[in-house]
Amino acid sequence: MKYMDKSIELIHEALKKGEVTSEELIKEALEKSHEVNDKYNAFVTILDNAKALKVTDNLLSGIPYGIKDNYSTKDILSTGSSNTLKDYVPFFTATAIENLTKCGAVAVNKTVMDEFGMGGTGTTGHTGTVLNPWDKTRMCAGSSAGSACAVASGVYPYATGSDTGDSIRKPAAYCGIVGYKPTYGMISRYGLFPFASSLDHCGVLTRNVKDAAIVVDGMKGIDKNDMTSWDSSHINLKESINGKVSGKKLCYIKEICDINNYPDATTELKEHLNNFMNVINKCKEIGLEVEEVSVDKKLLQAVPSVYVVISCAEATSNMSNLTGIIFGPRAKGNNYIEMMKNYRTEGFSPLIKRRFVIGSYVLQAQNKDRYFHNAQRVRRLVVDKWKELFKNYDAVILPVGSGPAKLLKGSKDMLDKDTQILEDHLQIGNFGGFPSITIPDGFINNLPIGVNITGNCYDDANVLNIAYALESQMNYKDQIAKEVNNG
Amino acid sequence: MDKYKVLIGLEMHCEISETNTKVFSSAANNYTEEANANIRPVDMAFPGTLPVVNKEAVKKALMASMILNCKQPEYMYFERKNYYYPDLPKGFQITQETKPIPVGIYGHLDFEVDGEVKRVRINNLHLEEDAASLDHYHGYSRINYNRAGVPLLELVTEPDLHSANEAVAFLETMRSIYQYTNISEADSKKGQIRCDVNVSIMDSDKDESDVNNWGTKIEIKNVNSFGGVRDAINYEIKRQIELKEDGKYEQMEQQTRRFDEESGTTIFMRSKVDAIDYKYFVEPNLPKIKISENWLKEIRKEIPALANERKEKYIKEYGLTNYDATIIVKDKNVADYYEKTIELGADPKSASNWITTNLLGHLNKMELDIKDIKMSPTMLVELINLVENKTISSKQAKEVFYDTITLGKNPSDIVKEKGLSQISDEQEIVKIANEVLDENEAIIEKYKNGRTNVIDYLVGQIMKKTKGKANPEIARKTMLNEIEKR
Repeated sequence: MKYMDKSIELIHEALKKGEVTSEELIKEALEKSHEVNDKYNAFVTILDNAKALKVTDNLLSGIPYGIKDNYSTKDILSTGSSNTLKDYVPFFTATAIENLTKCGAVAVNKTVMDEFGMGGTGTTGHTGTVLNPWDKTRMCAGSSAGSACAVASGVYPYATGSDTGDSIRKPAAYCGIVGYKPTYGMISRYGLFPFASSLDHCGVLTRNVKDAAIVVDGMKGIDKNDMTSWDSSHINLKESINGKVSGKKLCYIKEICDINNYPDATTELKEHLNNFMNVINKCKEIGLEVEEVSVDKKLLQAVPSVYVVISCAEATSNMSNLTGIIFGPRAKGNNYIEMMKNYRTEGFSPLIKRRFVIGSYVLQAQNKDRYFHNAQRVRRLVVDKWKELFKNYDAVILPVGSGPAKLLKGSKDMLDKDTQILEDHLQIGNFGGFPSITIPDGFINNLPIGVNITGNCYDDANVLNIAYALESQMNYKDQIAKEVNNG
Repeated sequence: MDKYKVLIGLEMHCEISETNTKVFSSAANNYTEEANANIRPVDMAFPGTLPVVNKEAVKKALMASMILNCKQPEYMYFERKNYYYPDLPKGFQITQETKPIPVGIYGHLDFEVDGEVKRVRINNLHLEEDAASLDHYHGYSRINYNRAGVPLLELVTEPDLHSANEAVAFLETMRSIYQYTNISEADSKKGQIRCDVNVSIMDSDKDESDVNNWGTKIEIKNVNSFGGVRDAINYEIKRQIELKEDGKYEQMEQQTRRFDEESGTTIFMRSKVDAIDYKYFVEPNLPKIKISENWLKEIRKEIPALANERKEKYIKEYGLTNYDATIIVKDKNVADYYEKTIELGADPKSASNWITTNLLGHLNKMELDIKDIKMSPTMLVELINLVENKTISSKQAKEVFYDTITLGKNPSDIVKEKGLSQISDEQEIVKIANEVLDENEAIIEKYKNGRTNVIDYLVGQIMKKTKGKANPEIARKTMLNEIEKR
C-alpha cells in the first residue's frame, strides 16, 4: 500500500488508525525521492536520515514533505541551487520551517530551484535541469521546479515553495498540481534566501486545495524576526473551506483572455483559452457570477518591465552579502576586492549576472527616476487597478501561461512578445501581495494546464474556498504525473 | 579684519549607546573589549536574515531631533545605501535619506562659544546602523562585528561655523546633549563619536548668504576626536589660504580628503567626479513606521533637563558660582553625582567644593572617569558631615578623602581605624586644660601680668597632650575660661 500519493487528510487518518507508521511513510518518501531524482533531477539533498516525528492530532504530524533549497535549514545544506552557496550549512532554520516542525512535519529532501529563485525554467540550478515528470523533454517551469516535480510525482503530499513573480504558481500549472502563495506577510520570510524582498512570498505546492490550506495553516504566523509579517491567528484556512460559493463574483480580463488579442495564436494557445472559457462555464454552474472586464492594455503591457526593474534592483542589493568572505566557498585573490570578484564571477550563472547588471543600471543616480521610480509608480497603478476590481469582485480568474509546459530544447528565458502578458500576469499577485492560487484545469496533448484565482489581501479564505469549489467541479484533484514522454 | 572668511559644516556621527539592543538586530548593544561577542545572524548578513527596527533607538533619535528643533516625519522610512566594503556584511547600510524625511530635518541649535551665543542650522538628522570595525595588522586585517548594527545618529549641519573653536564648541554642546538625554555616552575613546568636516574659504568682504560667493567645498573624512577636528580645520584653512595666495585656489577641485592624526595634515582621497553612487532605495523589509502625534508628545515630555538648565538651577537654588556650576555640568555623570549628594542631605556649597577641587582633581590626575571611582555619593556626604559636626578637622578630612577614593572604604570606618576623631567633649578638654595649667604655674603668672599671648602656647600644650585631636576652637575657649578661674 502506497500513501505518499494520497491527500494529507487521508494519510493522517491512516496514521491515526495505525494502518501505517511515520517511519514507513518516511521510507516510502525516501525511496521515491531517489527514484524521482534519478529520473528528473529534482533534489539537491535527500535526507536519508530523516527521523519520524510523533503522530498527534495535527494533520501534518508524522508526514514527510520537501523543502525548497532557498529555505535556511539548520545543519542541513542550503544552497539556493547556487554554486555561491554550494557548501553552506546554516546554523538557523527559517521560521516557516520551524513552524512546520512544530506541527510534527518531517522534511525528507531539499528541492532544486532556479538559482536563488531567479528564473522560470528550472534549468539554472547548480545541480542541473529539473525535468517535467509528465514529459522529460519539457521544463517544470520555475523557480520552484524541484518542489513541483516531486509533488506531481507523488514523493509526498506537499513541498514548500517561494514565489517572487510566479515561481510557485507557474510550475504548479506545468506539473498539473496546486500552487498557492498567501497574502504577503502571512508566512514569515525569515530564513528565506531573498530574491526581491518586496515581491518574495513563501507558499506551498500540493495536489489539492484543502492540502494547501492545511499546510499554510501550519507555516503561517506573525514573527518577531520579520516586520512585514502580520498576526493571522484568527484565521484558520482549512476550517474556512466549506465549498459554498453561491453569489460570489469573479472577473476575467478581456485583454488577456480573448483569443482575438493573439492574431498569431498557435493551436495550443487556442485550446488553452478555449479550455479557460469552459472553466468559466463550470464556475457559473456552481453558482459563481463571472464577468468579463476590461483593463487598459498599456498598463498590462507594462507589467513585465515593472517586474524586471524592481526585482533586479532589489536582487542586486539583496545578494551583495554573497562575497564568499563570511560564508560560501571563499575564492582566491590578492586582496578582498579580488576575492569577492572571483567568488561572484565563478559562482553566479550568466542569467543572474545579467539581472545584477540591470538592477545596478536602474538604480544608478542618473537612471533611478526614469526606471526604478517609474516602475514603482506603475506598480502602484496596477495594484490600485486590481484593488478597484476587488471592490466589485471576490477574485480575478485567469489562465496560467499560454499552454502546457514548454519544451526544454531551444528554451530561453526570453518570451514571445505577443503572449507576454499571458505568461507574466501572475506577477501582479506579487506587486500587490495578493493571495493567489493555481489549480489544474485540463489537458492539452495529455499535458496539464492551469488556471489562477487571485483575490484581495487578507482574503485568503475566500480565494481558497472559490478554488476548492471549482476544483470539486473538475477531475484534476490529487492527480499524479503520468509520463507521456520519457525523452 | 581677516581677508578670508571660513565656512565649516559638520557631519557628526554618534552611536546611540544607551539602548539594550542594536538598531535592527536583537544582539546586545554594549561596548565590550571581547571581539565578536555581540552578534546575531543578521549582523553578519547570513542569507535569509531580516532587519527589525528597535523602537527605543527610534525614540531616542526623535528626542534628539526635537532638541535640535528639527521637523519630525509623519511616516518614517529607511533606505539602503549600497556599497562593498569588508566592514559591511550585507553589502549595504540601512540608513535614511533626506527624502523622504528622516528622523529630523531643518532645525537649529544655539550654543555658547567664548561667552557668546551662536546659532547653527541643522540640515538633517538621521538614524542608521554602524559598520563592523576593522583592525589592521601587518599583511592582514581582522573584522569585529560587535559594532555592526549599533545604532548611529548622523547629524548634518549647514556651513554656519566659522572657526575650529566654534566647531569644537558645537561638538561639545552636542556631546553634552547626547549624554544628558541618555542617548549616548558619546565617548570618543570608545569610537562612539566620529566626524566628517567640510571646510571652504571665501573673501570676507563678500556676502556669505549668497551661495555663489562660497569657495570650493573640501570634505575631510573620519576625524575621530574633537582635538582632531580642531587640527584638521586649522590645517585645512591654512592649506586653502596658501593656495589662494599662490593663485592656485581656482584650480582646486571639489574633493574628499582624510585626516592623518600623526602628521596633523589632510591627505587627498578622491575628487568629486569619483564619488560613489550609493544606489539608494527604500529598504523593503521595513514597513513605513507611523510616528503618531501622541508618541511625539510623550517623547517631548520625557526630555530631561539639559546642562544649561541644570547650571541655572545650581546657581539660583544652590548659590554656586557660575564657574563652579559650569565645571559640574560639563560631564553629566559629575552633575548626577553632585545632585545625588544633595539628595542625600549634603550642603550644596560644601558638596560643590569637594567635587570641583578634590574629586575632579583626583580624576584628572589619575585619568579616571567618575563612573570608575570607588567613592559613592553616600561616602562623600558622610565625609562632609564628619567635618561639619567637627568629628574631624578639615586637614584630617583630606586624608580620609584620599583613603575613601582609593580604597572605597566608608569615611567613618577610616576615622575609627586611624583613631582620627577630634576630641570635642568639653569636660575632657577642661580636664586636660587644668593638667596643662598645673604644670605651668610660671606661665599663668605671665598671663595675669598682661602677657595674654601666652594663651597660644597653652592651647598648643593641649594639642600636644591630645596628639592634635582636640578640637582647636574648643581647646582655646576652654583654656581662656580655666585660666581666668586661677
